[in-house]
Amino acid sequence: MSEAARSPLDAIDVALAERMLAAALGSGGEYADLYFEHRSGADYVMEEGRIRTVGRGVTLGLGVRVLRGDATGYAYTEELSEDRMLEAARTAAQIASSGAAPGPIDIRPVRLADRYPVSEPSLARPGVDKVALLRRADAAARAADPRIVRVEASLAEEHRDVLVVTSDGHMARDSQPMIRFGVSAVAEEGEGASRQRQVGRSGGAGRFGMEFFARVGQSPEEHGREAARLAIGMLHAVEAPAGPMEVVLGAGESGILLHEAVGHGLEADFNRKRTSNYADRVGQGVASPLCTVIDDGTVDNARGTINVDDEGNPGQRNVLIENGVLVGYMQDRLSSKHFATKPSGNGRRQSFRHEPLPRMTNTFLAPGQDDPEEIIKSVKRGVYAKRFAGGQVNISNGDFVFALTESYLIEDGKLTAPLKGTNLIGNGPDVLRKVTMLGSDFELSQGTWTCGKDGQSVPVGIGTPTMKIAEITVGGTKTR
Amino acid sequence: MSAPKSLGGRRLPDPKECQRLAEQMLSFAKKAGADGAEVLVRDGTELEVKVRLGETELIKEAGSRALGLRVLKDSRSAVTYTSDFSPAALEQFARESVELASLSEPDPAGALPSPEDMARELPDLDLWDEAVLSLDVAEGLRRARVGEAAALKQDKRVTNSDGAVFGRTVGASAFATSAGFSGSARGTHVSFAVEPICDDAEGKKRNGVYWSASRFASGLRDPAEIGLEAARRTVAKLGARKIPTGAAPVVFSPDAGRGLVGQLAGVLSGGALWRRSTYLAGREGTPVASPLVELLDDPLIRRGPGSRAYDGEGLASRTNVLISEGVLRTFLCDVYAARKLGRRSTGSATRAVGGGPHVGISNLILRPGRTPAAELERLDRGLYVTDLMGFGFNAATGDYSQGAGGFWIERGERAFPVTEITVSLAFDDLWKRVDAVGDDPDTRSSVQCPSFRVSEMMIAGS
Repeated sequence: MSEAARSPLDAIDVALAERMLAAALGSGGEYADLYFEHRSGADYVMEEGRIRTVGRGVTLGLGVRVLRGDATGYAYTEELSEDRMLEAARTAAQIASSGAAPGPIDIRPVRLADRYPVSEPSLARPGVDKVALLRRADAAARAADPRIVRVEASLAEEHRDVLVVTSDGHMARDSQPMIRFGVSAVAEEGEGASRQRQVGRSGGAGRFGMEFFARVGQSPEEHGREAARLAIGMLHAVEAPAGPMEVVLGAGESGILLHEAVGHGLEADFNRKRTSNYADRVGQGVASPLCTVIDDGTVDNARGTINVDDEGNPGQRNVLIENGVLVGYMQDRLSSKHFATKPSGNGRRQSFRHEPLPRMTNTFLAPGQDDPEEIIKSVKRGVYAKRFAGGQVNISNGDFVFALTESYLIEDGKLTAPLKGTNLIGNGPDVLRKVTMLGSDFELSQGTWTCGKDGQSVPVGIGTPTMKIAEITVGGTKTR
Repeated sequence: MSAPKSLGGRRLPDPKECQRLAEQMLSFAKKAGADGAEVLVRDGTELEVKVRLGETELIKEAGSRALGLRVLKDSRSAVTYTSDFSPAALEQFARESVELASLSEPDPAGALPSPEDMARELPDLDLWDEAVLSLDVAEGLRRARVGEAAALKQDKRVTNSDGAVFGRTVGASAFATSAGFSGSARGTHVSFAVEPICDDAEGKKRNGVYWSASRFASGLRDPAEIGLEAARRTVAKLGARKIPTGAAPVVFSPDAGRGLVGQLAGVLSGGALWRRSTYLAGREGTPVASPLVELLDDPLIRRGPGSRAYDGEGLASRTNVLISEGVLRTFLCDVYAARKLGRRSTGSATRAVGGGPHVGISNLILRPGRTPAAELERLDRGLYVTDLMGFGFNAATGDYSQGAGGFWIERGERAFPVTEITVSLAFDDLWKRVDAVGDDPDTRSSVQCPSFRVSEMMIAGS
């Protein structure tokens, strides 16, 4: 559990990597890569005004991947002795059964940009500093309103040191910080059977050190007050309507819509296998001409940003949909070969125990021309959605759903009653064609978004301007 | 006995070795000054093979071992984990963990359980099958090919495939605590799934899945049968459409119902109760569901997917009745929640290597009822739900709304497939409106339920 300054990955040299890759390709594999990962993390939880427990852990391991055609062999080990690493390489090699021994590999370091320079690495700072942040959040939430009866605050920090070496000669080393802060507050009102209770949550995350907390909206006090505001505001929420209606999605967190409605469907593996409803549709209109959708792994310090992906390719900015027309998919190595294109820096994995897959980084909708206030004013009766708990999509048919945690009824162009938690359900291509207004107020959410696919979780960013959808189904309980 | 000592050349996970490491770690923690400690060691191997359109897509095979430690000193605690098992590293790890505890604040409720509460005799739950060890890469690939081919051949409308996957895990674990318990366990598990895809109108595709899973090799169903059923379920979704917004009776299939039952367990957790984040707070002894609803958590089922001989704090496993005749009987508690609530633990702690103990389920079972499953659909009009999606449950208030897919029922028949709708209702009303529980239990996973019917829910569609 020593600090990140010296990493066990420092001991991995080119000669060792070459021996591993030779073993991995020893059964006739066409390509192999090594993924060394050293991850150290800590977490602090404050409950009932007391630091209940402190956690700390380190993982270290190597994942070996061998490709032959579209087939993947994968193995990993937590012991970095040469014997164990060679055993993993030979296990991954079993995907191929015959073929020539590989030629010599010329390994060269990949030059990378630094998109998350950290002035104060948080793991290196004393734990008491982090405890102090939690106390500030706790105090701010309690002070916000006497109806706040419980507060929980947590801070998690991680430092991930990765080294990727590929049989086509790339060697890339990256050091990836992550800090995550969250507050939840419980509000209660009334007594006995008529008691109302609500939980509000606020959090933020990014590839920062301790300087994160000096950013606008990210101070412990702001998260504490925001959690309290949400809990109190929801105490008098009314039943949400059921059925199709006009919906305005607020800037920032509404990016969850992009993530679910088109993001997953544009990951190249689903299109290579033709299991996505966006398969074979490059060059076609798949959204309103107002929509330009971008996946960008290069946004400074954002949660989904990567200097290098987990296959050794630099993170980059990729336009997926331009003015409504599908331009291209998010590619990893395996799929890019199939599409005869280049990897787009989207090959990501949860850890050394997982094979890379095409994944999103920071996915967002570019801003439009409309005044956000005018967008709300233009709605006679509808729903305004501001905060979200998460979503899910069925890749095959494009149906997606996402949960609203803060939303309001719009009546005659004004926000009125707060609505109880509900869902919006729609179909990706269908809903994106119904985007009729787009705000000029783009925002990248600084929330704690984590994306799941095939059992693997990776941190992502989302963003959008205020947008209006002409019709989407609101999953409430009240008929009109 | 000629038991294999290895798996594909890899050492077999060994519970006794895990226990030796756990006890060694315990002594290091004491030596480092801890007043008390708990150690969990896990050692496991995984194998996953996937075939798609007749070709091998993935062979993944690896072993993994890790240790989790909770130390207590002056009523302060730290939770740490490592995968470095050299004795020198473990000693260092113990010292740093004890030091880390000084950052937390004294919490009397966080103390270890009383020694008299610890498990004494461990039942044999029959969780290990030697025959699983011989299900290797070649056999997994063979089954995957057979299962997928059956799906593709069954119906020409099956035009694509997300593949067939065979999985096998073989694991051992040990838990040792200075409260006076040291034990170990081992288990096997195999699973098999086929996911066919059909082309539908407007470029849409319909996917479906069917799967089998068991702790025993003999419990896994024939791969061709799984493939056929997967194809049948997928083809049935062709032409799925929205239905108009309105209220109707809703039948949940065992696959869909499982998610609802799991959410019910979340609001029956003592952890949620003392945190005031469950709508069921203060409802013990009162009706919280229809009299047809019987819910229990039973870790003692032989060969059960979620069975365990002792809980995550070393307490004896026991069967807990959560709801009977619709009345809430108890919340599940670990030692911490029990102390916060002035109760006794129900032996319901779960624990992973990377975190401390918390309240969890083992085998969570909604008891099958007496209504033949087919009769649940004898409705003039209604919805049969096969799939639920998204996160639409607020545990504190019980507000519930999720995306759904399935079939519209008219005059007792499945008239057409349905998609892109939501089903909503306050959770309290949902369980109180259960008017029939099927006789078709599904024992494949650790959350088990039959199909059941809710007399009326709000459906949002077109």
